[in-house]
Amino acid sequence: MSSTATPVAQSAPEPASAGIESAPETAPAGAVPGGETAPAGTGSAGRKAATDYADYRLVPARHPWRWVGTAVVAVGVAGIAWSLATNPRWEWGVVAQWFTAQSIVNGLLETLKLTAISGALGFILGFILALMRLSASPLLVSVSWTFSWIFRSTPLLVQMLLWYNLGYLYEKISLGLPFTDVRFFEAQTTTLISQFAAAVLGLTLNQAAYSAEIIRGGILSVDQGQLEAATALGIPAWRRSTRIVLPQAMRAILPTAFNEVIGLVKGTSIVYVLAYSELFYTVQVIYNRTQQVLPLLLVATLWYVVITSVLSVFQYYIERHYSKGAVRTLPLTPLQKARKFLAIHTPATRETSQERGTR
Amino acid sequence: MSTALRPAAQTPPAAAATDAESTRGLVEITKVRKFFGAAEVLKGITLTVEPGGVAVIVGPSGSGKSTLLRTINHLEKVDAGFIAIDGTLVGYEVRGRRLHELREKEILKQRTEIGMVFQNFNLFPHLTALENVTEAPIVAPRAGKPRLSKAEARERGLELLDRVGLKDRAGAYPRQLSGGQQQRVAIARALALDPKILLFDEPTSALDPELVNEVLDVIRELAKSGTTLIIVTHEMGFARDVADTVVFMDQGQIIEQGTPREIFTNPREERTRSFFSKVIEPAFNI
Ligand SMILES: Nc1ncnc2c1ncn2[C@@H]1O[C@H](COP(=O)(O)OP(=O)(O)O)[C@@H](O)[C@H]1O
Ligand SMILES: [Mg+2]
Repeated sequence: MSSTATPVAQSAPEPASAGIESAPETAPAGAVPGGETAPAGTGSAGRKAATDYADYRLVPARHPWRWVGTAVVAVGVAGIAWSLATNPRWEWGVVAQWFTAQSIVNGLLETLKLTAISGALGFILGFILALMRLSASPLLVSVSWTFSWIFRSTPLLVQMLLWYNLGYLYEKISLGLPFTDVRFFEAQTTTLISQFAAAVLGLTLNQAAYSAEIIRGGILSVDQGQLEAATALGIPAWRRSTRIVLPQAMRAILPTAFNEVIGLVKGTSIVYVLAYSELFYTVQVIYNRTQQVLPLLLVATLWYVVITSVLSVFQYYIERHYSKGAVRTLPLTPLQKARKFLAIHTPATRETSQERGTR
Repeated sequence: MSTALRPAAQTPPAAAATDAESTRGLVEITKVRKFFGAAEVLKGITLTVEPGGVAVIVGPSGSGKSTLLRTINHLEKVDAGFIAIDGTLVGYEVRGRRLHELREKEILKQRTEIGMVFQNFNLFPHLTALENVTEAPIVAPRAGKPRLSKAEARERGLELLDRVGLKDRAGAYPRQLSGGQQQRVAIARALALDPKILLFDEPTSALDPELVNEVLDVIRELAKSGTTLIIVTHEMGFARDVADTVVFMDQGQIIEQGTPREIFTNPREERTRSFFSKVIEPAFNI
């Protein structure tokens, strides 16, 4: 576009002024197509002066197919919604009845508690493991590697049951000097490892093994020059990690980390093997009694959807926070987009009414 | 060279302080060797840069220029030889007949006296121009100087950004700046710790030709300020202008060194001559 226009303007120093004068004449009679065809039609680029388009209005490109696509998707979604709403076998009444029942809410709170605790502990431990793995010490590297190797190669279910049945393997847990009789602390394993403790232990250690790799990947994605520059400036090691490397690593870590957390929300349902009454176990107990299997599974599903949606919103804003400086201009938040859309498409706006008039 | 070191180490503290003032930024590199695996990248480099002097290092790619610069602030450990700044060893201390490597914290203190500017800027992309400049003065442990408060660092940072002509861009993130502007922020960042010595590793090589001069102008100003500068560059015209000493390196050795006039117009060594014929003439003959 511009490449055809510029040579015309540059190679015709004299008629340029004439071109400006002629602009008002050609403008009313559909100047844009005229201006575009003129250089190609006449062939000699030197003669035809550039019309002065300075006071023409700019019209952004339109995307009609996007609207078609949107319509198709909308019809599809409406169809699914209609079938969900009208098929009586979904038993929405039963779903509604159980959705906020006390036992379900209690189960939900347990699920959230497990997710929060093992998620937080898992990522903290994972961070430490990642730093160990990246350290210069061969000992720390191999300890970290072995940890990940063991916990990633054992099924979570087996880990859970092992922790819960630790009392069978070791009757007592004690803290003392090895190979002597000195004991600072001693307890029955079964009293120490409750269902809750077994669940948290299993989920945390497993989560740590995976998040260690995610965090390590994020740290590796940061350019080596960043560390070098920080070192050359005399910035201390801890500050280099937390202020320079980690914030940049976060961009690579966050999407996968949220994947993990969302996976963990539903992954907690595995603790049903310990008869731990989180959301999924509670639902199972209820439908075994009432035989309303599908509606109760829907209740659980809907709650998982709610949690995931809330997490996704958090994810959006946290990712946005860490993209500071990584993109030239931050993308608009949905709220800002909505405001902009309204500002442009309000019928009262002057531009819009003018545009309608010309088309 | 080793005799020059002894007096500074033996003089009583009071005398040493005044001595340090007068010799602020003396760099002595002595018989430095560096290996990467089996490859010897620095083959016994000896070089002295006087306080406030400007040394420009030139030479073909891969000749060890960057490695030499990086040994000066101990980003790269030497395998033999030593480097001293104002008579103090960099990265090591003498105990008996041995040089023991200093602890990280001590090395960081030494590094705050040596600013470094990189070819690809290495600005922190998630921090604004001003935050890039103020980070180190707030957190870096400095020898004999207190850390700056945030307010002090901010004031000093704005002053430095003003000095490189970017005060009005203080709030911009590096990606919102042109290459030349980014490199000027990087220079301000290196100046923020008030270093005795500044190292430049091809500061204009990553820049579009029309942006080179804005950066070179800033360095020219610094050359007058009394800070010792050691600059690796391929800008021969600039080297001629600004250098007290031009050092020509090839294959890990200093082939010759001298004033710009000596090196550019009357190089003694054949290797120097052939290098300049490749670097300078094609540019002028176009
Ligand atoms: N970290 C490293 N590991 C192995 N070889 C290296 C490393 N850094 C540099 N080298 C090698 O050392 C030589 C000198 O490199 P460098 O100092 O970067 O040269 P210059 O800056 O003069 O182009 C080159 O042959 C390069 O390949
Ligand atoms: Mg180099």
